[in-house]
Amino acid sequence: MENKIILSAKNLSTGYSSKRGKNIIGSEINLEFKSGNLVALIGANGIGKSTLLRTLTGIQKPISGEVILNQKNINSYSPKELAQELSMVLTENLPPSNLTVFELVALGRQPYTNWIGKLTSEDISIINDALSMTQSSDLATKKHFEISDGQLQKALITRALAQDTPLIVLDEPTTHLDLLHKVSLLKLLKKLASETNKCVLFSTHDLDLALQLSDQIIVMNSEKTVMDFPENLIKNGTLDSLFKDEAIYFDKEKAKFILKND
Amino acid sequence: MNTKKNNIIFIGLLVLLAVCFVLNISLGSVKVPLEDIFNSLSGGQASKNSWQVIIWNYRLPKAITAILVGMGLSISGLLMQTLFRNPLAGPDVLGLSSGASLGVAFVILGSAFMPSFLSQFFLSSYGMVLSSIIGSSLVLLAVLVVSQKLRDTMAILIVGLMFGSFASAIIGVLSYFSSAEELQKFTFWALGSLGNQSWTNIFILATTTFIGLVLSAICIKPLNALLLGERYATSLGINYRKTRLLLIIATSILAGSITAFAGPIAFIGLAVPHIAKMIFQTSSHYILFWGTLLLGAITLLISDTVSQMPGSDFTLPINAITSIIGAPIVVYLLVRKRKFMI
Repeated sequence: MENKIILSAKNLSTGYSSKRGKNIIGSEINLEFKSGNLVALIGANGIGKSTLLRTLTGIQKPISGEVILNQKNINSYSPKELAQELSMVLTENLPPSNLTVFELVALGRQPYTNWIGKLTSEDISIINDALSMTQSSDLATKKHFEISDGQLQKALITRALAQDTPLIVLDEPTTHLDLLHKVSLLKLLKKLASETNKCVLFSTHDLDLALQLSDQIIVMNSEKTVMDFPENLIKNGTLDSLFKDEAIYFDKEKAKFILKND
Repeated sequence: MNTKKNNIIFIGLLVLLAVCFVLNISLGSVKVPLEDIFNSLSGGQASKNSWQVIIWNYRLPKAITAILVGMGLSISGLLMQTLFRNPLAGPDVLGLSSGASLGVAFVILGSAFMPSFLSQFFLSSYGMVLSSIIGSSLVLLAVLVVSQKLRDTMAILIVGLMFGSFASAIIGVLSYFSSAEELQKFTFWALGSLGNQSWTNIFILATTTFIGLVLSAICIKPLNALLLGERYATSLGINYRKTRLLLIIATSILAGSITAFAGPIAFIGLAVPHIAKMIFQTSSHYILFWGTLLLGAITLLISDTVSQMPGSDFTLPINAITSIIGAPIVVYLLVRKRKFMI
């Protein structure tokens, strides 16, 4: 399959501008996201991962530079057009409601349905395909609050899949999950990226798993933001700079972060 | 599977609505036989002329008002609960009714200070509706401006309650300076009443309710997206600002015009959407919209029938009945489900 560039960031500076001046969080960020790739975004807490994700998904305007989605500036999309290019899985809890998993996934078809939101038979077959791809078909009639955290996360990914966009962005999808579910979730994302030729971008704190499963990794530290293949990042020592603390270092042989014993 | 069950419930509710409608018209201080009611409603004559007058000039307008008020208040409660992601939201809790009361209070109690051509306009039914809608929109806008600063939905409710108390306080000050006659007029309005509406008033109310309901129906799709929260809804292509504005306008028109004619009626907007959610066990607004509409009309017809105290000469204020019926339902729901759904 051909891997074309879906999203790119050129000379991007992220941050917040207010009347008092600009608060720049990340600068000189250059990124390229290709279809069929699973990309992880890693960095310490408070380094600006969320701000970068918000800027890359068009929620927040960049301080300078631009984000290009499918040859068009992301800030020039209408909400409905953007929803057909980019789907999201967020960290926030869903408000309490009686939605079933099927209804939850079906909401992913909203950018394509008519004014009242009627599902066509095509929409329903896309929803069912998405459910079987994530092996969630048996959950379809369950209410969304009756299923486990891992199943809910999978249902939310299924919803993004039903939205049928070339790019899926997930904000820390592995938090609250145990190791087994983390692994199966990331494997699912990898499978989705390669089988559907979508680009899947996720932020995470599970560094070891991200290194093993991602096609590319974005490393954010206080000086710079680098995007490369995991093996290059391991070799050239970029990962050492991730934490500014003597107590943790990156072991190149084991490809793991190790706690230093005094 | 579920659609079949829902269809049966809908048919059941339609039948119940028809029964409540006829019951509401036939019961009251004067007993009119069912046969005469059917005769009269289908274009014929009741066997007594006085019955014909009672049915056409008193009971039918009241029943229609009850249906319009019930539908409008319940739907505005449903919209508020989803918009604020808070199951306790409703036109009265968020201070909308107080805002509408304030608008009406300014008109009734302040009419003495206005030039006569202005006070004549404002004391007409059009003027009352207009000032009531303006009052409720102002409160809702203020709640929204504050809610932009506060992300916490509980805080938004507290702000709504504060605006409510503020409006009540202003009404208190206004009533202190008004004449006994004006005060009496306002007090009667504030007790809430579905009766004594002219056909012109009913026509105005039907028009505003219709506009409000159409605006709400347009929002059914974005309302479903809002079940996932504001950020997900935006990522699904919903224009959140536009949707919110539409919902505010719809709610203000509904709650404002209804409060202008029938007075501030409590609990319907809060309780009826929850009854619909309990019966249909869903959050989908395609179903909840119609369910809430029917249940709202039914609940208010029943409340009105009870408030007439059939067979006696008394009439209780409608506001008391809706609270007596509404409050236990809300408590029951809370205890039974332990968790409120939006």
